[in-house]
Formats: sequence, structure tokens, C-alpha cells
Amino acid sequence: MSGFLRIAGRDLQLAYRARGEALLAVAFFLLVAALFPLALGPEPRLLTRIAPGILWVAALFAVLLSLDRIFLADREDGSLDLLYLAPLPLEAVVLAKILAHWLSSGLPLVVCGPLIALLYDLPAAAYPVLLAALLLGTPALSAVGAVGAALTLGARRGGILLPLLVLPLYIPVLIFGVAAIDASLLGLSPRPQLLLLAAFALASLPLATVAGAAALRQALE
Amino acid sequence: MHRFANPGRFLRMTDRLLPACGVLTALCLGIGFYLALFVSPPDYQQGETVRIMYVHVPAAWMALFVYATIALAAASLLIWRHPLAAIVARVSAPLGAGFTALALATGSLWGKPMWGTWWVWDARLTSVLILLFLYLGLIALQNAFENPERGQKAAALLALVGAVNLPIIKFSVDWWNTLHQPASVTRLGVPAIHSSMLWPLLIMAAGFTLYFLTLLMLRVKSEILAARIRALKQAATARD
Repeated sequence: MSGFLRIAGRDLQLAYRARGEALLAVAFFLLVAALFPLALGPEPRLLTRIAPGILWVAALFAVLLSLDRIFLADREDGSLDLLYLAPLPLEAVVLAKILAHWLSSGLPLVVCGPLIALLYDLPAAAYPVLLAALLLGTPALSAVGAVGAALTLGARRGGILLPLLVLPLYIPVLIFGVAAIDASLLGLSPRPQLLLLAAFALASLPLATVAGAAALRQALE
Repeated sequence: MHRFANPGRFLRMTDRLLPACGVLTALCLGIGFYLALFVSPPDYQQGETVRIMYVHVPAAWMALFVYATIALAAASLLIWRHPLAAIVARVSAPLGAGFTALALATGSLWGKPMWGTWWVWDARLTSVLILLFLYLGLIALQNAFENPERGQKAAALLALVGAVNLPIIKFSVDWWNTLHQPASVTRLGVPAIHSSMLWPLLIMAAGFTLYFLTLLMLRVKSEILAARIRALKQAATARD
């Protein structure tokens, strides 16, 4: 357990020292959301209607930006080989990396989500649902993304490959995340969608840990 | 299945099976196309366009069948390190992508006269489109590494992740569709299919499956031979 926490802590410390990167991802998130009114016109009713979708698509893209960082830097400076040889199971290493990635890239998006809701003039009732949906959905994005990052480690053109692999697998999060906020906008209970999001996150975390560790073993063989 | 882990034995088997499979494929597709295009009646609602179905439906079946084949091959590569499974998974991916693209294209051709549009965001169409992207991701990952073996194993893992995720994606897309599109496309009633249409369809489906198996064996064989040539060349240069 202490090894697990130390790896997560180390990654967080690295992310904190390079906080420019995390801020850039957040800036990107807000910028993507700001582009849609420019593309579609400032009509408030239309914007409120499409806000949940834009919020989630922007979140998906923003998460993608930082995915390759999960393993790439460690591989380049050789510390990934040491983690591979460490007594800690590789699955625990992957889980620690997922946790650190979520805390450094997912959580800032959750915090900034309400800002986008504000820009798009969502009603107050949607805010708690939006926060809950982002809180439940973004860990799954980190988990599935870590598998993609491990699979593309050392690939040519890994930067373009990673979104192609990961985005189709993100579709359930996108659909249920948007549906939860939509339900609250329509005055319905968002409970089923939130439960499905939670189920997806809970299923993807252990599976992604196993798959990510298997992918890392291949990459380091 | 482990018996075929020996490439030599596999080659001897394919040499015997390939001609038979090729002839059967030609027979099935020939008879199927003849029945589908000339013998089977036009539909009472869809008219002659129903004949697109005889290509479209088998192609869509094959799109899923090939993905299942890849997932099985991927599992046996990762579990038993079955050497031929790696080749099967690699050569199947472009074939599956081809069948998926064919299903989408023929569906589009059918949709224009029947629905009045090339594309609608219907649950099935969307799922098949996502399947095509999964195939493209597989192919891209297979070819993304200097070391081809690493590409095969990475793609095998991705195929398994995709196989787990595919039903979830399908479920979520169905959910999304019922939420956003309450029957904007009036589904034609699906009466029990008449045997005059069912037989050509089944023969075409058998033909498509045989076609896939023939191509699969042919491509696995050529991959094994190419690997042998590579090994011989290396041995020759090493001797010099």
C-alpha cells in the first residue's frame, strides 16, 4: 500500500511541478466550449440545449491531451523499467498511475465544469447532476485511457493513434454523461444514468488495471 | 486447435482445403447472386431495392463474425501464445473492416431510396460505424511498431478490450437512440421473411462465410511463406 501511495504521490508531485500542462488542458477544455457559440450563434435556448453534449465532448478531448503523459515520460527516463522490476505488482502501479492522472487531469475538469454550465446558462438544478456525472465519468476516462496509453507506448505516431483507439471506447461515458444532465434539464430523475455511469467506472477500473498491466508487460519485454 | 500450431501441418491442411473452399465459395455466391437478383420476388413495399439486402445483411453478419474471430484468436494468442492465432488476428482485421464498410455502403445505398437519405443516426447504423472505427484502430495499432510482434500483441489486447466494450457501446447507443430519436425513421414492419427470400439470403450468408474462410486461409498461408522466405534470406546472409 505504501508503495502504491508513493507512486501516486510521486506522479502528483511531478504533475504539480509541471502545473502549466494541467492548466493548459483546462484552458483547452474552456476554449473548445467557447468555440461552439462562435460556430452556432449566440442564441441562448439553443446553447442551453446543447450544453451537456459540448461539456462532455470538450472533457473527452481535454482528457486525451494528457493521456500519453501517463507512461511516456517514465519510459523515456527509464523509471518505468524500475517500476516493472519493483516488488509491487504491475497492476498496482497502473492503478496508482490512473489515480494520479485522474487527480491531476480529471479533477480540474470536474471543477471547471460548472464554469461552462455558467457560460451556457444552465439552470441551477443541473449543477449537482453535472458535478456528479463528471465525478463518476472522468475516472473511467482515465482508466480506459491508461490502457490506450500503455498499448501505444513506443508506437510510431502514437499521438494520433491514441485518440483513434480510445475515443470509440469512451462512447458509453459520453452517452450516459450527457443523458444524465439532459434528464435533469427535462426535470426527470438522472438516477439511472448516474448509476450506469458509476457501473461503467467501477467495471472499467479493475479491467483497465489488468489490461494496462498486460500491455505494459508487452511494451517492456 | 493446438494441433494447428505447427505451421507445416497447417499448410498441408490448407493445401487440401483451399481448392474445395474456393469452389464452394464460387458456387454459393454464384447461386446466391442468381437467386437474389433473378429468382427471388421483389418486396411488396420495397420493390427491387430489397435485393440490396442479400449483400447487406450477410456483410453485416460477417462484420460481427470477423470481430468475434479476431477476439478468439487474440485470446488464444495471449493465453497459449498460439503462433498462428497472431497471424489470423492480423490478417482478419482488414477483412473485417472491408465487410463493415460494405455493410455501411450498401445500407446507405438502400437508405437513399427507402428513407430518402444516405445516412440517419439510427442505433444500428451508429453501432456499425463505431465498429468500423474499432477495426481501423486495430489495423493502425498492428502496424504502429518497429517490431511487428509487439504490434500483434498490442492489437490482441485491444481486440479483447474492444470485445468487452462492444456490447456496452451497443447498449449505450441503443439507449441514446431511444432517448433522442423517437421513431423519426418509420421502421418498415418486419413480417416473417418468406422462404423465397430466406433461401437466397442463407445461401449468400454461407457464401460470405466461405469467402472469408478462403481468404483467411490464403492470407495465413502467404504470411507463413513470407516468414519462411525472410528466415531463409537471413540464414543465407548469415552464411555469407
